[in-house]
Amino acid sequence: MAYFLQLVFAGISLGCIYALIGLGFSIIFKASEVINFAQGEILLVGAYIVSAGVFLWHLPFLVALLLGLVTTILIGLLFERFVLRRMIGRPTFSILMITIGLDTILLTLVLVAFGSQIIPAASPFGVNSGFNLAGVHIGTNDLWTIGVTILLCAGLFYFFRFTRYGLAMRATALDQEAALAVGINVRGVYAMAWGLAGGIATLGGVFLAINNLAIDPTLGGVALLAFPAIILGGIDSISGAVVGGIIIGLALDITAGYESYLSNFLGAGFHDIMPYLLMILVLLIRPYGLFGTRKVERI
Amino acid sequence: MSKFSATKQVLAKAQMPGRSLNTSRWIITGILLLAIILFFVTASDDWFTIVNNVLIAAIAALGLNVLSGYTGQISLGIAFFMAIGAYTAALLGGAPPTLPTDPQGLGLPFIIWLPAAGIVAALVGALIGPTALRLKGFYLAIVTLALVFIGQYLFMNLHAITGGSPGRTFPAPAIGESIFTQQNTLPLLGLALTPGQQYFLLILPVLVLAALFVHNVIRSRAGRAFQAVRDHEIGASIMGVNLLQAKMGAFILSSFLAGIAGALYASYNSYIVPGYWSLALSIEFVAAIIIGGVASIWGSILGAAFVFGLPQVIDHFQLLPQPSTTGGLSSGDLNALIYGALIMLFLLFEPGGLIGLVRRVQGRLRRPAHTKEEGGDPAEITDLSPGATTHI
Repeated sequence: MAYFLQLVFAGISLGCIYALIGLGFSIIFKASEVINFAQGEILLVGAYIVSAGVFLWHLPFLVALLLGLVTTILIGLLFERFVLRRMIGRPTFSILMITIGLDTILLTLVLVAFGSQIIPAASPFGVNSGFNLAGVHIGTNDLWTIGVTILLCAGLFYFFRFTRYGLAMRATALDQEAALAVGINVRGVYAMAWGLAGGIATLGGVFLAINNLAIDPTLGGVALLAFPAIILGGIDSISGAVVGGIIIGLALDITAGYESYLSNFLGAGFHDIMPYLLMILVLLIRPYGLFGTRKVERI
Repeated sequence: MSKFSATKQVLAKAQMPGRSLNTSRWIITGILLLAIILFFVTASDDWFTIVNNVLIAAIAALGLNVLSGYTGQISLGIAFFMAIGAYTAALLGGAPPTLPTDPQGLGLPFIIWLPAAGIVAALVGALIGPTALRLKGFYLAIVTLALVFIGQYLFMNLHAITGGSPGRTFPAPAIGESIFTQQNTLPLLGLALTPGQQYFLLILPVLVLAALFVHNVIRSRAGRAFQAVRDHEIGASIMGVNLLQAKMGAFILSSFLAGIAGALYASYNSYIVPGYWSLALSIEFVAAIIIGGVASIWGSILGAAFVFGLPQVIDHFQLLPQPSTTGGLSSGDLNALIYGALIMLFLLFEPGGLIGLVRRVQGRLRRPAHTKEEGGDPAEITDLSPGATTHI
């Protein structure tokens, strides 16, 4: 039982990380209906800068974190301003591919700058610190992850619900033309969405790195697991991203914890594809996700 | 009657402006043939390795272009279908196992396993298609991305077929007693052929056949349905195009070509680990068709040459240091940077890719007076102005 509870706790914590990463996708999608395939590598850049800041350049953690946040926010803003703005009106295919182009460039830049060396995860607390509760190890990093996710979601909820800018973003997502007609600065909304998503990517990257104890260039690929999370929850829903993230985290950790009992049948690495299997299942039954707007078109 | 046929002819001419330049077309074909023969006679085996791999990649790029370029369905799953083709070839053509731990093989000739590789990949495509193709746009991209990961898991674990994570050997084509991996003598002419030359003689005709086939399909009723689906789904549907049928057709043809390319690649490189069929491979093919030219046969070939040939050429001349763990620019990195940047630049400024660039230059050379006509894409909206109804 303690083993199961441990898996559940670790799963929730991991799920919060996926939720954080997924929020980055959701915000951009909400504002501009673009799926940003480069989000994983923006996260990688952020995580590398924070870790390199602490371990290679010997900066205090908070300064390194700030540096990472500023970098990824800038990447988001610049990409939106100089690339995506010129792509308005182009087919989904082109826009999706252009984010893949950014993805390739960012990953390669990280490889050129840091090689494939593994850098320890930067963390303001001991990576293994924590306490035991009823036989379950509660890690400080897990508590921080869950806490930050809750805070960020509450903040985003407040932002979207009660602020001018949040309202502008929702209006733009609903109907771009109408938003323009009532004087909303649509360009500003897009820039804000990309900046926000860039910042969130660094946060997600730092927590993902702490969870993995170290970072290497494959971290951006791990972030792809946020796709099942956001599709599960509904791609345009903030709370959906969180619920989807937690479901994916739980499914992944519990499968990983018990798959060894079935290893003759399942082989190795089944937990890695569990989120994707869940996602395909959900897409078959409810393509708009559990909480999403019912608008995904089918033939 | 004669009047009718005359109008028809005029129409045909108007549709194909290239017809009036028949002689120049023949000259180009002649130069191309001459170049191929010259290359075949003089090139070293290193160059054959580069060119053969590019030709194989061109077959798969052609397949992806049918699905993404002509039909407009975004797929990141091409690596998966290439792997299906490769492992079909291995299972049918591989040597029967000598040890109980060896992967399976039936030892059939390549006349069977090469087409079978395409057919099995097409069948798998037909199985997955109805589920995947119900989704549009990026949803299809994400599902095909999931397919690559599920494939990786399967290939790692199906030891009997794939050899598990250490990988397995793949069969080489053989005609009679002559296996392609050895030097063989051509029966009538007495020419000694290296393995690279023999593979070249197999791969080039396959590519030419594939290109001709795609060229003809695109100009057929089915091909026009593909393009109608890409340009406007609802419009196509109203015109009587069966959307699912058209998408399935493109998906199956694309899987077939990917399967053939996978089998050829595996056979030519003789040993492959399952990790090779990764998302990165799929993305390289996407890069290839965007850089070469979306919805273009020559574009697929040019793009494959660019993405899959360039790093090898850079390595061949040792222009850059080998990859290291401490960072620094290697040829692979440079290539990735170049194609990442080119994806963005081409999509921004020349959505037609390299082939679009070539056509633009050709148009300017032919009619210097009407330079403006050929240039800009009328569908391009560069800025968000009030009244624009489109979303990013």
